[in-house]
Amino acid sequence: MTDPSSDSAATGELLLSLRGICKNFGAVSALTDIDLDVHAGEVVALVGDNGAGKSTLVKILSGVHLPTSGTIQVRGQQVSLPNPSASLAIGIATVFQDLALCENLDVVANIFLGKELNPLQLDEVGMEIRSWKLLNELSARIPSVREAVASLSGGQRQTVAIARSLLLDPKIILLDEPTAALGVAQTAEVLNLIERVRDRGLGVVMISHNMEDVRAVADRIVVLRLGKNNGVFYPDASNAELVGAITGASDNSVSRRAGRKAEANLSGDVQP
Amino acid sequence: MSNNVDKQEQLLDRADVRVKHEAGIGGAISAFLDRVRSGDLGALPVVVGLVVIWTVFTALNPIFLSSTNLVNLLFDSSTVGVIALGVVLMLMVGEIDLSIGSVSGFASALLGVLWVNHGWPVPLAILGALAVGGLIGYIYAQLYNRFGMPSFVATLAGLLAVLGLQLYILGGTGSINLPYGSPLVNFGQLLTMPQPIAYGLAALPGIAMLVTGYRTAARRREAGLSSKSLGGVLFFAVVVTLGLELAVAYLNTSRGVPWMFALFVLLVVGMNYALTRTQWGRSMTAVGGNREAARRAGINVKAIYTSAFVFCAMFAALGGMLAASRLASASQQAGTGDVNLNAIAAAVIGGTSLFGGRGSAYSALLGIIVIQSIANGLTLLDLSSSLRYMITGGVLAVAVIVDSLARRSRVMHGRA
Repeated sequence: MTDPSSDSAATGELLLSLRGICKNFGAVSALTDIDLDVHAGEVVALVGDNGAGKSTLVKILSGVHLPTSGTIQVRGQQVSLPNPSASLAIGIATVFQDLALCENLDVVANIFLGKELNPLQLDEVGMEIRSWKLLNELSARIPSVREAVASLSGGQRQTVAIARSLLLDPKIILLDEPTAALGVAQTAEVLNLIERVRDRGLGVVMISHNMEDVRAVADRIVVLRLGKNNGVFYPDASNAELVGAITGASDNSVSRRAGRKAEANLSGDVQP
Repeated sequence: MSNNVDKQEQLLDRADVRVKHEAGIGGAISAFLDRVRSGDLGALPVVVGLVVIWTVFTALNPIFLSSTNLVNLLFDSSTVGVIALGVVLMLMVGEIDLSIGSVSGFASALLGVLWVNHGWPVPLAILGALAVGGLIGYIYAQLYNRFGMPSFVATLAGLLAVLGLQLYILGGTGSINLPYGSPLVNFGQLLTMPQPIAYGLAALPGIAMLVTGYRTAARRREAGLSSKSLGGVLFFAVVVTLGLELAVAYLNTSRGVPWMFALFVLLVVGMNYALTRTQWGRSMTAVGGNREAARRAGINVKAIYTSAFVFCAMFAALGGMLAASRLASASQQAGTGDVNLNAIAAAVIGGTSLFGGRGSAYSALLGIIVIQSIANGLTLLDLSSSLRYMITGGVLAVAVIVDSLARRSRVMHGRA
């Protein structure tokens, strides 16, 4: 375990730096004293169990929620993110878990929502071409960009949401469970895309429950547990270490289950 | 044929084999039938309704379809139609303004007071009443944005408060007559287009369809996207032009097309452009469809709501003044009774959804013609207003049922 503020892997400019972020929802402390650094050209994976506060942290960074206390610095400047447009303007793009698409609008309108080309006489052709290019870069399987989003599957919506986050050339991309709803090929494409985005010098924060995906692309794995920092790992960390940090103990339901299985295999019976 | 398929493969948006691509006139018709089956009814219910209503009323009283009566119908439609245009905006963002009737009555009273009693020049009095209408809308928007007051409660309170203002400024006399022969009253009662101008203007939509259709198709082809067949564009342009020219020719057999109706259509076309071709319109649709998604996309949701409330109240004020010029008076009765319901019913019957995020400026135009046809037809039959209210109420109920059922069907068919 290392302190999040002093890490050796990242070499790029410090893009984002959180110190002492707390967020309370009434009596519940969703986040307590969270520290997080993201450098340029770095993929930081944010992992933790359900309710660990990952999505809350992402929502604070994207301007959906205000933190109760703590400081956010973007490239050394202290900023406040009172609303989503402030966050977008500062160069933080977010792909939300609840995808935040308008079902009554078509794919092009959703990708360009809030930043349409030529506001007084929408450039539909230009937007459609740009949409196809973005979607093709992601190897998206969208049959038609002129269909309402209501007719798309979960994976297709995910691709639309990711395409939208890339539109503004952000400095930092936040991905909340980017691969949860995707098929095998699209997952690989999204992971490729994350690497491509990193190589372009952007900072990427990715939430995922899939340890395989996390290890595949993350430069650093930040573990949250019950709303607190619970260690920073590197992709070479063992599964047991990670699971231990996520669940809070080396003796936990996952290891007990693994142990039980091993025992059952040895003795030859099946546990009820 | 195979050559054709090869060409299609290269198009950016035709690469996916799962998508059915309709081409030409036949394709357009079958795509339309597909849309209707899945609950995307568009203007279909209103067209069917109009045919039924006109058939019934003509059978009961042949005067209904006479040119003179239809010209009257267009005069009457324009006033409430302008109010309905504002209702379309409110429904687009999923809210409602129930005080449009009162605001229209108050604006007409204000026009009378400023112009007749205080001797302001007419344009200034109109601008003043419009500004006051906008202010009322702004107050609703503040109540909604700052205090989270549901729009129907805020505007229901406004309905009473503004009606009170109207009675207050009209004072003891209770009504102000607008001078006959003044340009404003002539505009509301008499002025119709000279025949050549009417024919010329009726040709414009078809020409515009051809030009924009051709230019869009050329741009899309250049960009490697699929484009509509020019045959289809030409076909629809010809149908629209023929229909409009025939209608104008028929109206010209009596007084001709009212200028007031031309103003209404101009506002409808302008609003349609704003809703479909500008960032503001896109934002309105997005806010009505999914408010949180719109907010996260960086849209200033409060400003969008404010614009909807303000424009709605201003359209109501304008409609009220047109009604005053139609009646040549501003009275305590102006804007009361069925004005509210007629304007809302027109927007809904025309196909703007009560659930937000779906609608078109044209629904105000189509819907108000249905509503006014009913009112006009029942008047011709010499039925009392009690029956008229009941029937209009029933029609509104049917329109909302159609809207709800179509919405359910759209959800089942994966269309928003």
